Amino acid sequence: MRHFVISLIACLFASPLWAVEIQEVTSPGGIKGWLVEDRSIPFVALDIRFQGGASLDAPGKRGAINLMSALLEEGTGDLDARGFAEAAEGLAAHYGFEVGDDSVTITARMLTENRDQAVDLLRRAITEPSFPQDAIDRVRGQVISGIQSDLKDPETIASRRFSSLAFGDHPYGSARDGTVETVTALTQEDIFAAHRATLARDRLFVGASGDISAEDFGLLMDQLLGDLPETGAAFPERAEYALEGGVTIVPFETPQSVAVFGQAGITRQDPDFFPAYILNHILGGAGFESRLMNEVREKRGLTYGIGTYLVPKDLGELYLGQVASANDRIAEAIEVTRQEWKKAAEEGVSEEELTRAKTYLTGAYPLRFDGNSRIAGILAGMQMIGLGVEYINTRNAQIEAVTNADIRRVAKRLLQPENLRFVVVGQPEGLTDTN
Amino acid sequence: MRRFFLSFFSVLFATAAHAAENVTTFTLDNGMQGVVIEDHRAPVAVQMVWYKTGAADEPPGKSGIAHLLEHLMFKATDNLEAGEFSKIVAANGGSDNGFTAQDYTGYVQRVASDRLGLMMQMEADRMRNLRLTEADVVTERDVVIEERNQRTENSPGALFSEQRNAALYLNHPYGGPIVGWKHEIAALGLSDALSFYDTYYAPNNAVLVVAGDVDPAEVERMANEIYGAIPANPDLPERLRPSEPPQLAERRLTYADPRVAQPYVIRSYLAPERDSGAQEKAAALVILAEVLGGSSNTSYLGRKLQFDEQLAVHTSAFYSGSSLDDTTFGLVIVPVPGVSLAEAEAALDGAVQDFLDEGPDPAQLARIKQQIKASEIYQRDSVQSLARTYGAALTQGLTVEDVQAWPDILSAVTAEDVVAAGREIFDRKRAVTGWLMQPVSDEETQ
Repeated sequence: MRHFVISLIACLFASPLWAVEIQEVTSPGGIKGWLVEDRSIPFVALDIRFQGGASLDAPGKRGAINLMSALLEEGTGDLDARGFAEAAEGLAAHYGFEVGDDSVTITARMLTENRDQAVDLLRRAITEPSFPQDAIDRVRGQVISGIQSDLKDPETIASRRFSSLAFGDHPYGSARDGTVETVTALTQEDIFAAHRATLARDRLFVGASGDISAEDFGLLMDQLLGDLPETGAAFPERAEYALEGGVTIVPFETPQSVAVFGQAGITRQDPDFFPAYILNHILGGAGFESRLMNEVREKRGLTYGIGTYLVPKDLGELYLGQVASANDRIAEAIEVTRQEWKKAAEEGVSEEELTRAKTYLTGAYPLRFDGNSRIAGILAGMQMIGLGVEYINTRNAQIEAVTNADIRRVAKRLLQPENLRFVVVGQPEGLTDTN
Repeated sequence: MRRFFLSFFSVLFATAAHAAENVTTFTLDNGMQGVVIEDHRAPVAVQMVWYKTGAADEPPGKSGIAHLLEHLMFKATDNLEAGEFSKIVAANGGSDNGFTAQDYTGYVQRVASDRLGLMMQMEADRMRNLRLTEADVVTERDVVIEERNQRTENSPGALFSEQRNAALYLNHPYGGPIVGWKHEIAALGLSDALSFYDTYYAPNNAVLVVAGDVDPAEVERMANEIYGAIPANPDLPERLRPSEPPQLAERRLTYADPRVAQPYVIRSYLAPERDSGAQEKAAALVILAEVLGGSSNTSYLGRKLQFDEQLAVHTSAFYSGSSLDDTTFGLVIVPVPGVSLAEAEAALDGAVQDFLDEGPDPAQLARIKQQIKASEIYQRDSVQSLARTYGAALTQGLTVEDVQAWPDILSAVTAEDVVAAGREIFDRKRAVTGWLMQPVSDEETQ
């Protein structure tokens, strides 16, 4: 009764009925945004991204943009933190503010029945924040509490140490939320400066999905974002990857060692990005179907999970991975990982692996577009990395076009087993620090 | 579960369900229940099969077996090789996983909707045809121990939570961790896994939930053909667990660990759960948690302890009514530097007492009702979370009708209900108070 196994070779989406219709909207005031209009549920999701993010922190002010973003909901005009929260609750509107290395992202879900009020409340937060001193001090205490917790969390210690070794003094080399010292020293003026540096119209990308017409979406963008300044701070220089192969051990008393490993990556705009993406999928990106998961977890039981990720940031690229094993087993997990890295660099992948990866990646792509918030996020993200609306319809063809010769070429170029660096936090046995 | 097991607390209104027009139910002749939730916006379907068994149904001394078995369900069957299940899902562009909680174990696939039949065939296959080897169990047990290392042993907060939970339940198996105690996981073997599987994995102990771009009549037809062919287990045991005796003594514990960066106090009270046809008390506790310690900016504890008195960086009240047996209501205070845990606990108790004396702010209550109403709209954007809501409810003693009545019951809660619920459960004889802290150094103790 193996009758269902034959579906392995069935091809995905034989009927090309799937389509996402994106409208490119330019507001009367000249703000551009993308919309997927879907009137079936009476709310709209917005995703607004300001390129630059925490990397725009001024020298010596690390953590200012993070603290600023956390304070946007803490007061505007005659509303204090409580007044703002009460107003949002009364409208049942949800706002989110998130800071990344390359962007500040503002998300919102707003009911159709009170959308104008919900937009106006968010407008006041984004364009007219008051950053009152008592809110700064209170939220600063929360941020510092989080920083202190991070200093004792093995996963965070490992990834921070890796970034710092890789990028040194560039903003990518330090934590977005800053240090206890830098955050303690931030003044109200620093917070206003961080606001002016980041939230400007020359770096703005907007995605929307849900119950709104293109015309109303244009008006919404003007109402919400039209008052923002034209320009913000200059973007920093590129970050040069400065790390060689080896092992860095960070001693920490805990039963399980955490290893973050990596090497230089590849840009999103590189003509070889898709071969690299597929290669990573097969090596360590595919969850249970990846080589590393199979070798380190399924065959040897050395870890709960191992994964690798291409991390193409705006100003520098990493190829990263992470694994955790008991202190007496981490050395073996690392050894197996090194071997797989070397094997993939030298031998590439099999035809069958390539076919399987393509089937998964092309089949999984349409499943991403399932909900207003997710769609809005995809639309803003696509714009930020410079993709056009047609990308959604050509992306799977680009995956299909990758040949095994492409993969072999890119494996030789991208994978550098000798340059793979492991940062291990814990009390690992049988490992030597090579610094 | 393979990637993670469910945490004990859920988001406040995640349990609200919207009107029933797109929800269909059926029951197969062999006792398997079915729920279908339609959403035709994207060509996607989610299949979940939920078994009415979890960590709290394990035999004594075998903690972790429900979760280990969940990992082992991805091994070989009569028809598939080990790992082939997930491989086929991936080859069809889908993703899959499993999850284990105290009251249920579940398996989920998310695929293009025209692949639903294949998913059903594979899920039905492993409901009865699992073929485990000793080697499978030994390797996967190592994986689970590393999972426990990652989630629990490496986290002082998780170890603290495990100790508090064990102290809260005097007799009920909820006192044990879902992943299992480490020494008991290490002793689990093939026969333990097979015995648990043979006892509980049967259609009369399972709920099928399908959500997405599907036709309910077609789903029922396929379910009947595929799952309907599996015989019921006539020896399925009745779901009876040891229950709590009267709790007469306050419990307090301190967990010190050098890895603690931020000390805090947490108190857990034993609290009633949602019962079928009688969800009113649980609804009052949901609202109590929100009014008392929901949003930091508008809740009573946040206002008083974070804004006015500035004694805390964080406060919270939490409650999850989704549980087969008695659940917990919790209070947390994370003090600002310079405020001791004793001072923080006293301030927390003072604030709770003041709240019970003053009662909830009517304006705040009205805003919460507005959010409950809106959550029914927002939740339609994610049928997968709606599917989880139904699956959890049906494996935790509730019915489809209970799920659909829940938003109205929440909306009907009054200020008096909230205060009465608080007065009833805030009894320290039925509670554990825990302090998480750094070890006290020698100089400090001298």
